[in-house]
Amino acid sequence: MSRRSGTAIPRWTFVLAVLGALFILLPLAAMVARVRWSEFGALITSDSSVDALQLSLQTSVTSTVLCVLFGVPMALVLARSRFPGQKVLRALVLLPLVLPPVVGGIALLYTFGRQGLLNSGLEVLGVEIAFSTTAVVLAQTFVALPFLVLSLEGALRSAGGRYEAVASTLGAGPTTVLRRVTLPLVMPGLLSGMVLSFARALGEFGATLTFAGSLQGVTRTLPLEIYLQRETDPDAAVALSLVLVAVAVFVVTLAHRVRDREDRP
Amino acid sequence: MSLQFSAKVHARDFAVEFEMADGETLAVLGPNGAGKSTLLALLAGLLTPDAGSAVLDGRTLFGGGRSVPAHRRGVSLLAQEPLLFPHLNVLDNVAFGPRSAGAGRHESREVARRWLEEVEGTELSGRKPGQVSGGQGQRVAVARALASDPGLLLLDEPMSALDAAVAPALRRTLRRVLESRNAIIVTHNVLDALMLADRVLVLEGGRAVELGATRDVLERPRSGFAAGLAGLNLVLGTADSDGLVTADGERVAAAAGDLLAPGSAAAAVFSPGAVSVFLARPVEGSPRNVFPVTISDVEPHGRVMSVRAGHLAAEVTMSSVAELELVPGKRVFFAVKSTEVRLYPR
Amino acid sequence: MMVTADVRRRLGALMAGVLAVGSLVSCGGGDDGGAAGSDGMSGTLTVFAAASLKDSFQEMAAGFEDRHPGVSVRMSFAGSSDLATQIISGAPADVFAAADEQTMSRVEDEGLAIGTPEVFATNVLTIAVPAGNPANVDSFADLSSRDVATVVCAPQVPCGSAAQELETLTGTQISPVSEESSVTDVLGKVRTGQADAGLVYVTDIAAADGAVDEVPVREAAQLPNRYPIAPLKGGDEELAAVFIDYVIGEEGQRVLSDRGFGEPAG
Repeated sequence: MSRRSGTAIPRWTFVLAVLGALFILLPLAAMVARVRWSEFGALITSDSSVDALQLSLQTSVTSTVLCVLFGVPMALVLARSRFPGQKVLRALVLLPLVLPPVVGGIALLYTFGRQGLLNSGLEVLGVEIAFSTTAVVLAQTFVALPFLVLSLEGALRSAGGRYEAVASTLGAGPTTVLRRVTLPLVMPGLLSGMVLSFARALGEFGATLTFAGSLQGVTRTLPLEIYLQRETDPDAAVALSLVLVAVAVFVVTLAHRVRDREDRP
Repeated sequence: MSLQFSAKVHARDFAVEFEMADGETLAVLGPNGAGKSTLLALLAGLLTPDAGSAVLDGRTLFGGGRSVPAHRRGVSLLAQEPLLFPHLNVLDNVAFGPRSAGAGRHESREVARRWLEEVEGTELSGRKPGQVSGGQGQRVAVARALASDPGLLLLDEPMSALDAAVAPALRRTLRRVLESRNAIIVTHNVLDALMLADRVLVLEGGRAVELGATRDVLERPRSGFAAGLAGLNLVLGTADSDGLVTADGERVAAAAGDLLAPGSAAAAVFSPGAVSVFLARPVEGSPRNVFPVTISDVEPHGRVMSVRAGHLAAEVTMSSVAELELVPGKRVFFAVKSTEVRLYPR
Repeated sequence: MMVTADVRRRLGALMAGVLAVGSLVSCGGGDDGGAAGSDGMSGTLTVFAAASLKDSFQEMAAGFEDRHPGVSVRMSFAGSSDLATQIISGAPADVFAAADEQTMSRVEDEGLAIGTPEVFATNVLTIAVPAGNPANVDSFADLSSRDVATVVCAPQVPCGSAAQELETLTGTQISPVSEESSVTDVLGKVRTGQADAGLVYVTDIAAADGAVDEVPVREAAQLPNRYPIAPLKGGDEELAAVFIDYVIGEEGQRVLSDRGFGEPAG
């Protein structure tokens, strides 16, 4: 992005921008200030903390993979095909983005729960979702999927279809075009979609609490652990919050590194 | 015949039919909106016609209710812009076609190297598309299109996005690689047609109005568009005893040697340079064709001025324009000697 | 760190969304003030009360305001632990009614409670099962079975520590499928049929209005959970004392017992 030297931004925007930035950074700083560093190591290496972190990473990675698996085709269908009711479908698919997570949890409950819509089918398959890690992954995927679809769909739209048309006249079948042209072209969009999805999955709380429950090592992810620790051990909650922030920052940075390398000619 | 084409697209009022011989390059000319892009899209498989069929070297491209998908047609498309895949270097861009056809990485790069050499682009092979100029990029795109060994190569105004300075080099390259190859080139440039094409197809309003050998079409145009490209005045009509008569009853006398059997469809052409402009009807001298006209346009054309009046044009010197005060709206007389008029059947 | 224009644009859109949502959430609050009543008492009384007290305290607030027309009562309901944290962080409240004595002692330890907190109600644990009792639970011992999906509160919260005491007392080892952060979540899991059984308070069963069935636990009566109430430093002490008297008094006790709470002595 380049800024033309001729057009200046009004000066007052800087004041508001700084205020906005402070609004985000100050609470983070306040939290860091509350960390008891002498106990930090012990707090974040307790059994329950390690279990929660491990579970969070494992489920978030799984959810992100699921988001890619289903989100990429969804974005393709939304961006590159035309069918009646597409706009409505698009709006509905992106609904979890604006839905309170708790509502998502309730919806999942009535779908995959023990008395849910798909219960009899799942029972036949011998799949028990209630109170399992699978339930956590479902909750995370539900809230994270729209982030991937949205980022990728935007990238697909701006990439246009001309490269794909050329590729097909060069003899590449649809799958080859997707693999060798479309996906590489939208890789930056896909990566930011994956980061957003992962971050959303990592932070998922409401839907998990409502749908999956909370049990150490099975369904109690880091945000649930933080919420619980806060009841009795605020220091542990603060320490774990910092870990969550660190993981999120790490992932975002990593993704930008990869992207910058992709962008470099 | 290597290509038989016939297609209708109702939504675009397109109905065109033509055939191409083996190894032939066809130039498609026509004003904007004439259906040139539609023609290419139909052949490339990017658009499905409402009716018609196309057979390339015995293989059906579309027709009989089915349409072969673009990637199985063996028809590659070169657009106005190179559209090189930005994430692949030049060599891998050229190798894309062979790779898609199932060749191994090594083998397809060999093919790519050969074609890059063919378009004098060997030194570009390691670069990313962002690092090559427009002309270089278009040359790489030619190599890429040819590396997929297409049965038919489509070129959609390949020179139009290039600087005038680099277009000639690409034109030379194309002339070499299109030799004895099936290709269709859409162009606005008469030079492209002359240098690259064996035959010319002129489209107007979604119809084929002219199809013939390039020289023939340019020397003896039968459509207004082709005459315009060739820089000739064209009058269509019916042959009579000393030339032709138009539908409006206007007579054009031609050289005695050109006369046709009266009653047959005829076309008469003459160069704007052979036209003289008079303010009053000339009564004496040799000119035998005099057209009373109203000037619609006066504009510089090289070192002379082009005076247009409807579908006719005259070329006069700047001083004549000033002397005669030739301005749009003025009523004048265009005169041309009958010996300057060529008459031929249409 | 490089950020492309399109990510910035998207983040910008997200931010705008966040702000819009934020501004909706931040609306609300109550109105202060009020005219002096005939008994000369006036002002606004702010009561922080445990979430389980919501229905009964709302009813009491209405009754109290009828009795003292110049007074308006503002209520804030949340988990006791959250409320204690808020009070310690300086939230302006006149009265704190907690769901357990440990939580109240956190406020006492900070020197923020006036005098000794008074116990005004008790509550006991019981088993909630989905309507119709699909897993046929009929005793506390049944909860030790792996075939019964049991949900309890996490030991970190009062209802969870109470459950642990009950397990010790009865010698029953429950292996729960989930340890929730609040008794409301336990009840929710049972109500929706996700869980076969959950440990909740008898008052929760009463509040569920027949949506869940109860399997009583006899031993639970030995481990009553006590609800203490105290006026807070920096608040309107006089008004707070009158309100606490009302809660402990005949009318307050009637409201509490209607909702299933036990008497303080129990």
